[in-house]
Amino acid sequence: MISPALVIGSSFAYLLLLFAIATYGDRRASQGRSLIANSWTYALSLCVYCTAWTYFGSVGRAASGGVWFLPIYLGPTLAMVLGWLVIRKMIRIARTYRITSIADFIGSRYGKSPLLAGLVTLIAVVGIVPYIALQLKAISAGYALLTSPAGQALNEPLSWHQDSTFYVALALAGFTMMFGARHLDSTKRHEGMVAAIAFESVVKLVAFLAVGVFVVYGLFNGLGDIFARAAAKPELQKLVRLEQGSRFAWTQWFALTLLSMLSVLFLPRQFQVMVVENVQESHLRRAVWVFPLYLLAINLLVLPIALGGLLFFEGSAMNPETFVLSLPLAAGQHALALFVFIGGLSAATGMVIVETIAVSTMVSNELVMPALLRTRRFRAGGGLDISRRLLIIRRAAILLVLVLGYAYFHIAGEAYALVSIGLISFAAVAQFAPAVLGGLYWKGGTRAGALAGLLAGFAMWAYTLMLPSIAKSGWMDTDFLAQGLFGLALLKPEQLLGLQGLDSLTHALFWSLLVNVGAYVGVALWRAPSGQEASQALLFVDVFRRTGTSSPVFWRGRATVPDLLALCERFLGAQRARLILETYARERGARQIEDLRPDAQLVSFVEHQLGGAVGSASARVLVASVAEEETLTPADVLRILDEASQVRAHSRELEDKSRSLERATQELRQANEQLKSLDRLKDDFVSSVTHELRTPLTSIRALAELMRDDADMPVAQRQQFMGIIAGETERLSRLVNQVLDMAKIESGHAEWHNTDVDMPALLKQAVATTAELFKERGAQLHLHLPASGPQVMPRLRTDPDRLMQVMLNLLSNAAKFVPRGGAVQVRLRHDAQGVSVQVQDNGPGVPEAQQALIFEKFRQGGDALNRPQGTGLGLPISRHIIAHLGGRLWLDASSAAGACFQFDLPWKPPQGLPFLPATSSEAPA
Amino acid sequence: MVKALAAPRLVALFVGGWLLLNFPLLGLWDVHANVGGMPVFAAAIFVLWALLIAVLAWHMERVPPDAPAPEDQGSE
Repeated sequence: MISPALVIGSSFAYLLLLFAIATYGDRRASQGRSLIANSWTYALSLCVYCTAWTYFGSVGRAASGGVWFLPIYLGPTLAMVLGWLVIRKMIRIARTYRITSIADFIGSRYGKSPLLAGLVTLIAVVGIVPYIALQLKAISAGYALLTSPAGQALNEPLSWHQDSTFYVALALAGFTMMFGARHLDSTKRHEGMVAAIAFESVVKLVAFLAVGVFVVYGLFNGLGDIFARAAAKPELQKLVRLEQGSRFAWTQWFALTLLSMLSVLFLPRQFQVMVVENVQESHLRRAVWVFPLYLLAINLLVLPIALGGLLFFEGSAMNPETFVLSLPLAAGQHALALFVFIGGLSAATGMVIVETIAVSTMVSNELVMPALLRTRRFRAGGGLDISRRLLIIRRAAILLVLVLGYAYFHIAGEAYALVSIGLISFAAVAQFAPAVLGGLYWKGGTRAGALAGLLAGFAMWAYTLMLPSIAKSGWMDTDFLAQGLFGLALLKPEQLLGLQGLDSLTHALFWSLLVNVGAYVGVALWRAPSGQEASQALLFVDVFRRTGTSSPVFWRGRATVPDLLALCERFLGAQRARLILETYARERGARQIEDLRPDAQLVSFVEHQLGGAVGSASARVLVASVAEEETLTPADVLRILDEASQVRAHSRELEDKSRSLERATQELRQANEQLKSLDRLKDDFVSSVTHELRTPLTSIRALAELMRDDADMPVAQRQQFMGIIAGETERLSRLVNQVLDMAKIESGHAEWHNTDVDMPALLKQAVATTAELFKERGAQLHLHLPASGPQVMPRLRTDPDRLMQVMLNLLSNAAKFVPRGGAVQVRLRHDAQGVSVQVQDNGPGVPEAQQALIFEKFRQGGDALNRPQGTGLGLPISRHIIAHLGGRLWLDASSAAGACFQFDLPWKPPQGLPFLPATSSEAPA
Repeated sequence: MVKALAAPRLVALFVGGWLLLNFPLLGLWDVHANVGGMPVFAAAIFVLWALLIAVLAWHMERVPPDAPAPEDQGSE
């Protein structure tokens, strides 16, 4: 045994260390160098999940049920897999709407309902106070074991003032008041407290691993040794097997996993450290895997310790729950035993501190405040500053919760109700799951639904789990357990409606969650939500789609600035209230508070600020007392419900529009480029035309002036001059005609008359028309028609006049360039697609440099000196015509000698062919 | 990280973890044998558990923890 003075001394020294760490944490926070603003501290603070129940109870559970201690930790691991989705959403909501507790969360979600928040608080208190008692009991039992002689029965419970546990509870109350109710604003983080909790998590893990390693390697020769020795004993052997001699209760395994999964999300202390105390959402990223890893580490040696203890104390009736203390103690390792006790103390105190903060915040904000607000005197308040009183209320609530916990521990003692309380508490807290999860993801959830679900679930929990446990403790007649209420077998609490085959916990969890979810969904579907509920539903479910802080989705009513200011001053303190509102006024561009407009934003801002101090439900009541609100019409409700989907639809539309706008811009830019190049082409064209017009005009004018000035000009010469003038005029009018023609075709105004054309006949006619030209040049013209004869060749659907124009152009071109005595070949071929016509001379050909240019306007073949007469528009016009008829005209560069022009035409011209400007870039390859 | 896939991947991991650590798959390990001195069944639970944590850690840590939290994809 260890002397009581040493144990008490070390315990209080440890508590002092906690005070020091918390003080340091708070000081660092006020200096702006936060201790807890990192993901590791955050992850460690989540490990407050592991209480004395884990620390001592896991080994006890393992000693009687083998692996059955594990589902309690597998559930949280699975919950953390989804943590990044679910917890992050809770954090975002709590941050955005200044949520102070899980009761506030649920109340706020369902239309800021004080009733709902109060109900959640009540459930939490009923479920959690015994759990706190369990921690105190662990401390007390551990102390008794350390200080009593080995093997001696534990001391009888002392009266409260002699009990060191009572003083531990008081010290914890002091700690919690100091570090848990320091600021009025309960959304403000308790940095010192969180730092202390993270430290406690390290202590309990190290202490537990230390005793585990001691048992495995100090008392035994490693894991293999323990398991081998256990295997030799049939009653231990079955502990490491699945069935343990009977059928494995998979439903219970499933239920425990589910239960612990829900608990880790909704236990008030988990909500406190996970959501309220979270510094930065991204810390969650690491915490979701570090926390499960911690759970794995602290459970790794549980089974070996349990088996080791059973082997070590074989034959004696040592309580397995105290193995972690009794084993080192029995082995004479007093220092280790004391360290392990401190570890257990840290597990218990960590839980008590955080749970007390969480529950007391709920009690003061959701129970005491609404009750006070009902009293007229308090509301009138006579201008009193209530902010100080609020802190006192919260501290009183802390003391109350701890005293309740101690009282429960003192009364229940060794009773069944205390031993089994861990899972019973979990089951109570699991009742929050439908309301919270539904509230996070389902906009249809209503206040009435949540109320009905919570009430039904809680009642079922009380009847099927809590009452039986009280009865088994001997505080109640157990008749109703065996016979059923009023003797009705169907109402047996642990076999409701005759449901059998489930253990009592699974049975209770099944029924309570069934009626809870059923009532929640059923009632919510039965009645549509009110405006306020719909508005809050939107704010919660779509929290990630909203930017900035809560802009009121909906508020209609009247308020005055002085009223709002007075309200703030009373609840936040005069100085702080003015500071907050002045900052707000500056942000809104007003010079002073009095210039503010009492609009929906201001009302919502004030409510927001008050919410941090008194909880959102109370804040709403307060604001409603000075702001007259108008009732909502059904149309308003519908509008609110539709808002989210509309916003989404609008944003999608907007996205589509901006995308098509981008496309249009791109097209416009291209069109603009095209227009610019066309404009350049037009300028070129105009200057070329005027140039071409000037040449004949100059010669006409010169000759005319000569004839005018020289009256004695010989008739013969005059005749010659007149001839030249007539020729030049003819050339001019041809030029003008062609320019007009070109312009018509290019602008798409040319008229086209398509008929069925007999190609061989058309070619024959063209050859006949130009035969004279070739005769003058002394050249020969040969026409090659398909060998099969004209009668088999189908008619071509095209414009015969235009096609004739093209043929005449090509032939006269050839006539100009064919050398004297040369020959021009015209070939016609046809295939499935259409016809192809080739005009080839054996002249000098087109130099490579000019091949790309000859289809441009006013570019003529040949060099400047021997350039034959012509307008330079023939080929461009021809190419346009062929293009319009759906074919293409090109210069066949592969031809060996002379120039070879060729065009293809389809059997039918395409419909609605767009106008294509013939630029040089289109020169065919 | 492919943002749109982050949430479905976590859900898939959750479903996988739930299946592996529950009936009936967990029953596959109820073999009467020892591995490294440990009974197979107990060892299997811890190994599966560790694997689940490892995959989760790998998934979550691929983005630097101090990077700004990616906005919700609106997938829930």
